[in-house]
Amino acid sequence: MTKHIGIVKTEYFTFGEHPHELKLESGAALGPITLAYETYGQLDEEKSNAILVLHALSGDAHAAGLHDGAKEPGWWDDLIGPGKGLDTNKYFVICSNVIGGCRGSTGPSSINPKTGQPYGLNFPIITIADIVKAQKHLIDYLGIKKLLSVVGGSMGGMQALQWVASFPQAVRSVIPIATSLKHSPQQIAFDEVGRQAVMADPAWCEGNYYDKKEKPIKGLAVARMIGHITYMSDKSMEEKFSRRLKEKNYSFKFSADFEVEGYLRYRGDTFVKRFDANSYLYITKAMDYFDLSANKLIHGDKRLDVRFLVIAFKSDWLYPAYQSQEIVRHLKIKGIDATYCEVKSTYGHDAFLLEVEEEAHLIKHFLHKTLKG
Amino acid sequence: MDLAKAQLDHQIIYNIVDPGARILDLGCGSGELLQLLAENKDCKVQGIELDEQAIYQCVEKGLSVFHGDIDSGLSEYPDKSFDYVILNQSMQQVKRVDYVITESLRVADKAIIGFPNFTYWSSRFMLFFRGKAPITESLPYHWYDTPNIHFLSVADFRHYCRVKGIRILKAYFLGKKGLANFWPNLFALNAIFVISHDKL
Repeated sequence: MTKHIGIVKTEYFTFGEHPHELKLESGAALGPITLAYETYGQLDEEKSNAILVLHALSGDAHAAGLHDGAKEPGWWDDLIGPGKGLDTNKYFVICSNVIGGCRGSTGPSSINPKTGQPYGLNFPIITIADIVKAQKHLIDYLGIKKLLSVVGGSMGGMQALQWVASFPQAVRSVIPIATSLKHSPQQIAFDEVGRQAVMADPAWCEGNYYDKKEKPIKGLAVARMIGHITYMSDKSMEEKFSRRLKEKNYSFKFSADFEVEGYLRYRGDTFVKRFDANSYLYITKAMDYFDLSANKLIHGDKRLDVRFLVIAFKSDWLYPAYQSQEIVRHLKIKGIDATYCEVKSTYGHDAFLLEVEEEAHLIKHFLHKTLKG
Repeated sequence: MDLAKAQLDHQIIYNIVDPGARILDLGCGSGELLQLLAENKDCKVQGIELDEQAIYQCVEKGLSVFHGDIDSGLSEYPDKSFDYVILNQSMQQVKRVDYVITESLRVADKAIIGFPNFTYWSSRFMLFFRGKAPITESLPYHWYDTPNIHFLSVADFRHYCRVKGIRILKAYFLGKKGLANFWPNLFALNAIFVISHDKL
């Protein structure tokens, strides 16, 4: 279970050159588009063992293995590898980055070919459907007609659901984890606070900061701090920090006395080194627009041959279990084969990255059954 | 899967169900019965179970299951989504029995209901002579640790069906070692009823 894949490399796929730009949900067109992606394992001859892994808000294409010279493996390395939940001895695992991001794919920090300058706010507003539409180009390019499964947690789960809504014939199974059919007002509210923090930073400059010395790192760090609070639970924070102090006594200043303060500051500071503030705005907006309720997940009366494994976590209050149950309810009405499990965990929303043993067990057997039929 | 090794109530239910039937098992536990039905009788099966560990065992068997309670798990299913709903050894733990049975007969043609018979002779003996809440093979719990919230007899269930206009298609009575068809209200440890709506 501890085996790594070894050294991996991010690859890049470019498409949508003029006049074949990607038509976006908003009506705007975007192109050319580059998608960063990684693959692990071997694609079989029938091209029937491919699994697409989809990442959350701040994730990237580097889901597993080690980059040359790196110490930390990819973000879902515990789940992806030889003999693991997503077994690379059996499956061909693809992890695709999202458009709008800043981790190798086309986003607001990319150069706009029309101006020769970074897009900034000239980058079109994108949706989860647009993100998935771009990924479909990648999957077509890889020569895969039907994915064995699409898997993702949080925003990755939204993409997984969007895959079945947009391309129902291209997926055999769907594994949405700690996610929802639509963003609730509470989820939108947290995203909006994050965006306001970014936009309130004087260094943001209406998104035109790429050539400036100062970047809106303060605002972005605050946004990330808020995010981290929502990813934990009351209990996990108590266990992790309690009221422990960094020093022996109170400082009687506004410095970070408590460990929790130090943790959040640290998380904020490391985040701004790898993430673009404009990308944060664009991607959270895409999540807020996401809404596959009211029959938009599975449309039409034609019986769909797809299986679902829906996973939620008990202490997740950002994407509460009732939202996963809503997905399941919808599938029951449509007569779609589904399994639902609410994993007991105290980690809150972060559980989808941490409770890997349970996830791996469910995913492994679910995929085995899907492959076997 | 070996039918002969299965527990007696599973064998009986297995024989009731037609090959290829669509089945919903309410309180499917770790999925032994569903696996038997799926693998040996090619049934299309779905389970609902509250226990998390049992869910993992079901998924291991390749079964499709929903983690949750029975009371809230039925309302979304369209009418007659299944051929059978199975409620074996779980009815006595359900909060709203009448609702669950009514819903079962809405979502399926027939329901198979198995429950421990509260008026088994030794229960009566314990209650009458020893003045203590009965403990039997089919009701093995103490009053303070039982998951059961309803206690009923074979006669009670027959009465319920009569009042509700539910037709009893078949009834099986299980004793210590096999079937107990003689005076079941007194000699059956467990009962299995196959019921449907009168109009069928």
